[in-house]
Amino acid sequence: MRRRLLRWFARRPAASGGALAAPGLLWVAAFFLAPIAVMLGYSVRERGLYGGVAPGLTLEHYGRFLEPLYLEVLGRTVLWALVTTAACLLLGYPVAYVIARAKRWRQILLFLVILPFWTSFLVRMFAMIFLLRDTGLVNTLLQRLGLTTDPIQLLYTPGAVLIGMVYGFLPLMVLPIYASLEKLDDSLLEAAEVLGANGPTRFARVVWPLSLPGVVAGCLLTFIPALGSFVPSDLLGGAKQVMIGNLIQNQFTAARNWPFGSAAAFAMMALVLVAVVGYLRRRDAREVVG
Amino acid sequence: MPVVELRDVSKRFAAAPAVDGVSLAIDDGEFFSLLGPSGCGKTTTLRLIAGFESPDRGEVLIDGRRVNEQRPYDRGVGMVFQNYALFPHLDVGRNVAFGLERRRVPEVERATRVAKALEIVRLDPATFLRRMPGQLSGGQRQRVALARALVLEPKILLLDEPLGALDLKLRKEMQLELKALNRSLGITFVYVTHDQEEALTMSDRIAVMDHARIAQLGTPAAIYEDPRTAFVASFIGESNLFEGPVTEAGADLVSVGGPTPFRVPPRSDLLPGRTVMVAVRPEWMDLFPPGRVPAGENAASGTVDEVIYLGETLHVLVRLEHGQRVKVALRNEGQIANPIRWNRGDQVAVAWRPEDAQVLE
Amino acid sequence: MTRRFSRWLVASAALVYLFLHAPVLALMVFSFNDSKFSASWMGFTLEWYRRLVERDDILLGLGRSLAIGLGATVVATGLGTLLALAFHRHRFPGKRAAESLLYLAIVTPEIIMGISLLAAFVAVGFSLGTLTVAIAHVTFSISFVAVVVGARLRGMDRNLEEAAMMLGADEWEAFWKVTVPSLMPGIVAGALLAFTMSFDDYVITSFVAGPGSSTLPLVVYGMVRRNIEPSINAISTLIVVITSLLIYLADRSMRRSAR
Repeated sequence: MRRRLLRWFARRPAASGGALAAPGLLWVAAFFLAPIAVMLGYSVRERGLYGGVAPGLTLEHYGRFLEPLYLEVLGRTVLWALVTTAACLLLGYPVAYVIARAKRWRQILLFLVILPFWTSFLVRMFAMIFLLRDTGLVNTLLQRLGLTTDPIQLLYTPGAVLIGMVYGFLPLMVLPIYASLEKLDDSLLEAAEVLGANGPTRFARVVWPLSLPGVVAGCLLTFIPALGSFVPSDLLGGAKQVMIGNLIQNQFTAARNWPFGSAAAFAMMALVLVAVVGYLRRRDAREVVG
Repeated sequence: MPVVELRDVSKRFAAAPAVDGVSLAIDDGEFFSLLGPSGCGKTTTLRLIAGFESPDRGEVLIDGRRVNEQRPYDRGVGMVFQNYALFPHLDVGRNVAFGLERRRVPEVERATRVAKALEIVRLDPATFLRRMPGQLSGGQRQRVALARALVLEPKILLLDEPLGALDLKLRKEMQLELKALNRSLGITFVYVTHDQEEALTMSDRIAVMDHARIAQLGTPAAIYEDPRTAFVASFIGESNLFEGPVTEAGADLVSVGGPTPFRVPPRSDLLPGRTVMVAVRPEWMDLFPPGRVPAGENAASGTVDEVIYLGETLHVLVRLEHGQRVKVALRNEGQIANPIRWNRGDQVAVAWRPEDAQVLE
Repeated sequence: MTRRFSRWLVASAALVYLFLHAPVLALMVFSFNDSKFSASWMGFTLEWYRRLVERDDILLGLGRSLAIGLGATVVATGLGTLLALAFHRHRFPGKRAAESLLYLAIVTPEIIMGISLLAAFVAVGFSLGTLTVAIAHVTFSISFVAVVVGARLRGMDRNLEEAAMMLGADEWEAFWKVTVPSLMPGIVAGALLAFTMSFDDYVITSFVAGPGSSTLPLVVYGMVRRNIEPSINAISTLIVVITSLLIYLADRSMRRSAR
């Protein structure tokens, strides 16, 4: 019986692949793809009285983005996500480079980046609160050192949100850059040195161009979650200056306007798709050329 | 009765035919090689025998029985893979015992057979039994892979470029050992390789494959000395090729025109007007000063381009008058006692006897 | 010139490492601080850990997180491993699209996964609770397991199963005696990561958890938003220690498998 079944599959290689993939793909289709379709459906429905949806289709929820209030939220979200990405690149690149060039310490240094990558985001945001609040470590130290007498307002500022996001997403930038720098051959650098290039020149002419794929991937991997984040702005910004994430969350909880929340989420998803498709196109084009 | 037989077997993959109308019969105890460049279909042919692929057309027979529909584990054929395919989670002993366990061989018998198989491949059981594959060198892994296949005492052993990952010296050593195993165990070896020297060294017969077909099948000597196609002539060893139309079909010799006119022994199908291509091995050619070619030999004049010292032989590259480059291999008779007479730029005549040229199809 | 350049690099990298780790380390140190409000060191205490044990919501949340984590890990590891096998060992129609779908699931912001699942559950009248949380956790873990197991598969000899078959094992035996055991380091790493993600997740869980199905991160989030007290340091420390251990084990398992 078993042998007969195996023989049936052996004669149909596509069927065996399909049979292995089917359970997982069905799961992802049912609980990832279908829900996004449902969300898309919600986004064009009329808002119901008590938080549900009413019959009738409309595009008004998308139109609301043009209101100044929401344009501001949209603009702030994109700006903060960009600033976070830039800061992560600036801080993450030297780390990735040092790990890639390290010999004996490489595994440990790498693990020290992987660890925060997987450590609870929530705990790490709380650690930031613990540092930045009025009675937090930073203010306590400043007062102890006599630099200030009254606590400085650090928490619940845009700065705190940005620091929190950079702190939260930095490992996402380091790992892909490291992955591309790791392939960098010592002999390439030596060749550049022999040819008379000094440190900065070698970096600009050899290292940076070669690490570019990792940089692009890292920026994408940082930008997307930064764009979609709402925990840092909620916890560290005190929900005063909201991002799209907060807006969406609010529509699905307190405001109970699911259609509008869905429209906002779908707009975000569209941004993500544009970024990912653009990235894949670029990468595929490079693979074809290279 | 042949042990393995393919009858007009074809196998297509999505884009192109991988094996196209291949027929061959391998005898009991034979060392049979499938030789060809990558993508020629030799590995697919082996996998058709193993049972990993089933033919689109034609028949695969093992011991005279059609096995087209049989799964690999029902065929009783052994195989050694290119990268050894040792199970990384099992030690050497368990790797070798794997097939015996599948066959429910009692444990006591298993242990003795494993030890015997390891001894056959010259690995000391006491040392290696408990080692993990990760702790072995390439050569040792190769031996374990061989032992793992041989322990089941298969009638046929398939080998897919088993020496490809070894360094040259070890490879030469293993070639001789494999050949000796084939003789002493009486197992039929079907050996896939792209290395012509390896195939010539070990094989009783070779099937040279090109573009999914068998280009020529025969003993190493027949294939080397009488290549039937330009592909075989240049893939196995080196050859100088000459081409031209038959101008005169005499009783003793056939004359051929073209840029380099030459003569070949007569053959009934060499009629005037037909284009003929011949292959001449470099070692069957000789060099003479212009005008001093012995009577009856073919000759073409040219200029020495390069003289390459290889130890055993000397290669002289000659550019003929119409531009073709010809390689002539001369036996090294001692550079110091008998310095070669030829130098770059010398005018020479390249000569060969008509019977030393192979007429190609 | 060169030396100064690299010294500058190492120094800035060191500062970044400090930035990455100091906050959580400080948090952990002060979980033993004998003061309710101050960030000044007032002496060592285990008081805050003792208080954790007294809180039913934390214990219940922890229990739920462990149960959901285990359940989701088992399902996600199974499905993800099968997917990795399908992608690396087989060809089937729509494979490229399927792979893109998994990558899309990885890069999609959590909030979108959360609200779309919420919308879908509500749309089909599925009541929110432990089960919906577990389903969500399986969904975001599958892709990661597939990627991690796939990495192991890529490093593995493609002929292993064929070798087993040439030794008399049929596909079923080859799968259980060869494929699974030799994939084990990758599967273990994938499972550990899946569990870690489930155990840590706040964003998605916050949308699909119903009343009475709060996981530990949800409880902690509530605590953080209400008032800051040292018990949060204590529970955070425990979470970090547990996940670090899991990540260490996963990392070691992966590294083993690479060898």
